[in-house]
Amino acid sequence: MLSNYIKIAWKVLLRHPFYTFITLFGISLTLTVLMVLTSFLDHLFGAHYPENNRDRSLYIATMMLTDSAETSMSTGPASFRFLSRYAKSLKTPENVTIISNFSFSNTYINGKKIKLNTKYTDAAFWHVMGFEFLEGKPYNEQHTKSGEHVVVITDDLRNQYFEKKGQTVIGQNIEIEGIDYKVIGIVKGSPATRLYTYSDVYFPYTAPKSNYENKGMQGSYIAIALAKDQTDIPAIQSEFDSGIKSIPMSEIRGERKFNILIIKAEEYFDHFLNTFARRDQDKLMLYSMTALVILMFIGLPAINLVNVNVSRILERASEIGVRKAFGAPSKALLWQFIIENIFITCIGGVLALGLSYLIIYLINSSGWIPYADLTINFAVFLISVGVCLMFGFLSGVLPAFRMSRLKIVDALKG
Amino acid sequence: MIKLQNVEKVYRTSSIETLALNNINLDVKKGEFVSIMGPSGCGKSTLLNIIGLLDAPSKGIIEIDGRKVERFNDKEIAPLRNKMLGFIFQSFHLINDLSVIDNVEIPLLYRSNNAKQRRELAEEALEKVGLANRMKHFPKQLSGGQKQRVAIARAIVGKPEIILADEPTGNLDSAMGNEIINILQSLNENGATIVMVTHDDAMAKRTHRLIRLFDGTQVL
Repeated sequence: MLSNYIKIAWKVLLRHPFYTFITLFGISLTLTVLMVLTSFLDHLFGAHYPENNRDRSLYIATMMLTDSAETSMSTGPASFRFLSRYAKSLKTPENVTIISNFSFSNTYINGKKIKLNTKYTDAAFWHVMGFEFLEGKPYNEQHTKSGEHVVVITDDLRNQYFEKKGQTVIGQNIEIEGIDYKVIGIVKGSPATRLYTYSDVYFPYTAPKSNYENKGMQGSYIAIALAKDQTDIPAIQSEFDSGIKSIPMSEIRGERKFNILIIKAEEYFDHFLNTFARRDQDKLMLYSMTALVILMFIGLPAINLVNVNVSRILERASEIGVRKAFGAPSKALLWQFIIENIFITCIGGVLALGLSYLIIYLINSSGWIPYADLTINFAVFLISVGVCLMFGFLSGVLPAFRMSRLKIVDALKG
Repeated sequence: MIKLQNVEKVYRTSSIETLALNNINLDVKKGEFVSIMGPSGCGKSTLLNIIGLLDAPSKGIIEIDGRKVERFNDKEIAPLRNKMLGFIFQSFHLINDLSVIDNVEIPLLYRSNNAKQRRELAEEALEKVGLANRMKHFPKQLSGGQKQRVAIARAIVGKPEIILADEPTGNLDSAMGNEIINILQSLNENGATIVMVTHDDAMAKRTHRLIRLFDGTQVL
């Protein structure tokens, strides 16, 4: 039966090439945008290099100080000192790293300025993250304790700064802000969209200008706690929360008159979401808006396709009459047209897959996002298949329902 | 096999009411070959559509194989049409996008036959109408007579007890028409009950019984 339906669907496609082009163009364009968007969201929020452990990581990134009436507030990253005391001390995680937010610096080679993104980290950073070392090794506890002037740099900076290509640069110096640092490791760079790992140069936190000794609760550092297992996440959050609750009011008040401290250990997506919508009602609004945009994005082309489908199906009234005359129940006809439509949508989906690969390849190779690694992985593919099926169902069900209700005698008259 | 009692069919629009069939009483026995004749617009096709459960009467009782069916819903009527009835239309109503064999298989799609069984039964039906060599062709590649033979194969593939033919020779020349009537006669001889609408006296004479309609009323 299925082959009979698909044969018909194929012939119908061939019958009117212009309609077919319009239909497939609409479907594939919509699905391409959705696939690329899904791939981009996966790139932003998924567990990818070097944050391969993101699905079992908790981010302690934003501290908010406010008063009871929330008339004034101060929001930003925490200080190294604060995180050492309340994050680094956590017992449940496998490891905890403290890293600075991104900062900038310059270096010069033959009078040419190279702008640098810089990051200060502890030694645990290299265990929590999954960086690939192309040469050398990371700095360790010994390096950080002794305040050695060592750095890990990316392959891209190596290629820009060191002239002799193909030779190791481990042990050579790089001058940054007038200070010589010994290069001890070269890593494959992190995409710029991964803010907590993206940098050109990684310094031990004890390096000059890291401000790690600053007093006060707020600063420019974040902590990432790596759970042994995803199931440990609630326990880590609970341990962190109870540590925060134990902070004496005098410490929270500090030099300003805030009496409420809000800082949480959150999974990456929640942490990202909280940047825009901290309160539940804001989150609800954000989710609703997103759902509405997605619905419109799928719904509008689906409505358009409904119109095209209705006019196409009307041509087939005689076929509907024949099938009904020979015993097809309305339900079977309903499914026939839905299956046909899903088949057509899937053809659009295959075209969209090809287009998406092309667009993703162009994004990755354009350098628009340094080290971009957008992919269509299994999850993205599954979501795309789901979208295809939903799109096909949405645009097929209404015309199919209308046609399946057609009176046989009227249908046979065409 | 087919029993109609006091059947009436009225077509209504917002302003006009047309009586298409008036008090029709009919009893077609199992194995009979009956023809329905009458001038254009007298209600022949409407009657055939009502017998074939393609249209519902406004009034009256319809019995097919002892079952009163006038109040059946789509779910009940579809399997009855599928198993008991086979249709042959004047304009063939073949699906041009499907090959001959796929067209013939259509009634079997709504049964529990698997693909192999469907193919075998369709081949057998096409052999009966002498079109076994045209299975892979498409309707547009066939002559009118061949199309009608495909339509007959489609009507008999599910081995229905009743065959309803609406002017099956209407679009064919007399030689082709004769060929089609020969096939119908042979099906009737093998046990099928046939009701045929026709304009052609010569064709009607070859059936067991003639029913004449005039302005929606049975006159013979």
